Amino acid sequence: MIQFDNVSKRYASGHVALENISFQLDVGEMAFLTGHSGAGKSTLMKLIALIERTSGGQIVINNKNLSRISRRGIAHHRRGIGVIFQNHKLLYDRTVFDNVALPLIVAGHHQHDIASRVRAALDKVGLLRHEKLYPITLSGGEQQRVGIARAVVHKPPVILADEPTGNLDPDLSKEIMKLFQQFNQVGVTMLIATHDLDLVKQMKQRVLTLEHGKLIYNSQVAEE
Amino acid sequence: MIKNRERRNSNSERRNTRTPIPDKDQRSLRERRSNSSATTQFIKKTPVLPWALRHLQVFFYTLGQICRQPFASLMTAAVIGIALALPTGFYVLLKNVQQVSSTMDDVTQISLFLKKEVGEKQALQLSNRLQKMQEIESIQHISPQEALDEFRQYAGFSTALKVLDENPLPSVLVINPIDRFATPEAIGSLLEQLETVSEVEIVRLDMQWIKRLNALLETSQRGVLILATLLAMSVPLIVGNTIRLAINNRRDEIEITKLIGATDAFIRRPFLYSGLWYGLLGGIIAWLLITVSLKLLSAPVERLSLLYDSTFILHALDFTTSFKLLLISALLGWLGSWLAVSRHLREIEPS
Repeated sequence: MIQFDNVSKRYASGHVALENISFQLDVGEMAFLTGHSGAGKSTLMKLIALIERTSGGQIVINNKNLSRISRRGIAHHRRGIGVIFQNHKLLYDRTVFDNVALPLIVAGHHQHDIASRVRAALDKVGLLRHEKLYPITLSGGEQQRVGIARAVVHKPPVILADEPTGNLDPDLSKEIMKLFQQFNQVGVTMLIATHDLDLVKQMKQRVLTLEHGKLIYNSQVAEE
Repeated sequence: MIKNRERRNSNSERRNTRTPIPDKDQRSLRERRSNSSATTQFIKKTPVLPWALRHLQVFFYTLGQICRQPFASLMTAAVIGIALALPTGFYVLLKNVQQVSSTMDDVTQISLFLKKEVGEKQALQLSNRLQKMQEIESIQHISPQEALDEFRQYAGFSTALKVLDENPLPSVLVINPIDRFATPEAIGSLLEQLETVSEVEIVRLDMQWIKRLNALLETSQRGVLILATLLAMSVPLIVGNTIRLAINNRRDEIEITKLIGATDAFIRRPFLYSGLWYGLLGGIIAWLLITVSLKLLSAPVERLSLLYDSTFILHALDFTTSFKLLLISALLGWLGSWLAVSRHLREIEPS
């Protein structure tokens, strides 16, 4: 589902963010991407979401070779990926409901279809009674869950989470991780970037570790 | 890493036995052909709004946006309105003047000034003679005395005329040609004939001033056209600037919606419709300005035309002109936002 093949990323400034990365996540697999800040975690996520383009090698997501996706095709590619951000990236002038509805509106869903899907997603993250509130009135953990509801509302086959627990206390982090496990159990491929190594240990999932742009640890390979 | 690669290759072999080790090109071809990929399937399965309904939604959504900040919207629309009202107002006035000149066009009269020695009796005989010509509808005879009386009516002339020992005015025959001979060529040949008549001193065609008026009107028309083009060009600039600011204000929103998978068209749409609304509102304001101005002008104009014994009425904007005004203003607004959007939306990419 996510396949990297000798992927490199060199920025225009000359900085090499990723070097010869190769790994594969199968459908329904869940993996943590760890490493110090600046190790290339964010860059790797950006390559998957086509925010950045690779300098070398190729990436295949949802059976699509990303280098073959034109500028016009990026939007459709992103609809197949749910992205969760550390800073939530919510729209603060819209209600929780409207925020979560955004991926469905963007894809042009019918109104009644949107309402039922949004409520289902909000129910899943336990925020159904907050649907009419504005995100600014919610706590950090609640805002993060709004972001998660938005990432899953359109049922994407792949979910990326970039430091989803970065600003949360350990209890809230665990809650979020439980949610991720639930999504993973219904067959969603998940890649979670985090530097919270304790949490990673508790979760007992596959781990990919980056250091200075190189993949230095791939637990699945190590196990085999 | 090596195992990963091997596993992938064996996968490909299973899927495509004819090319055990697919090169990049072949693989991409296969990817393009396979419709069963997870993404496309998931997109196709979802019920999607018809195109027109989506546009309708944005149409009203943007109207709501504009109504939510009435003051700022009205300011922009008013600037557009004034810019459009000027050329449209000139156009309407010009139309009105043209209407006057067109009613005068068929009043082609030929005046025959007879020689001084031709008496009243001879003049009448000549009149009867000419009456038989097929080109001539009617002839009016103005005797020197009648002409003098007419002159006396004008203030200032009466004292001037007293100075004269005798009536200096000749007899005049005013000829109205039949309408179908009112073409320049027919009139031309008629003039030639009339000039050969021995009793006639001068032949004057009272069409010169109409020609001059028409030429003047044509010039003003061209002027108005230039003015209209210049002022109309300001509309896309005004709208473009407003939309540029709107884009900047919503930078975050644009970035996030792009991340979520919004197409360029989706992001562009509300801005384009906002531009359309600004243009349309500007057009409505221009229409109101012109209608009120014409109302204010109509009373004095009526008095003026009464003084000239004319039945001239100032015509307001007719339906077609109003429709054209609104259509053009809406299109100009759309054009302006299109310029801004195509220039600035590309710059905003998620990072």
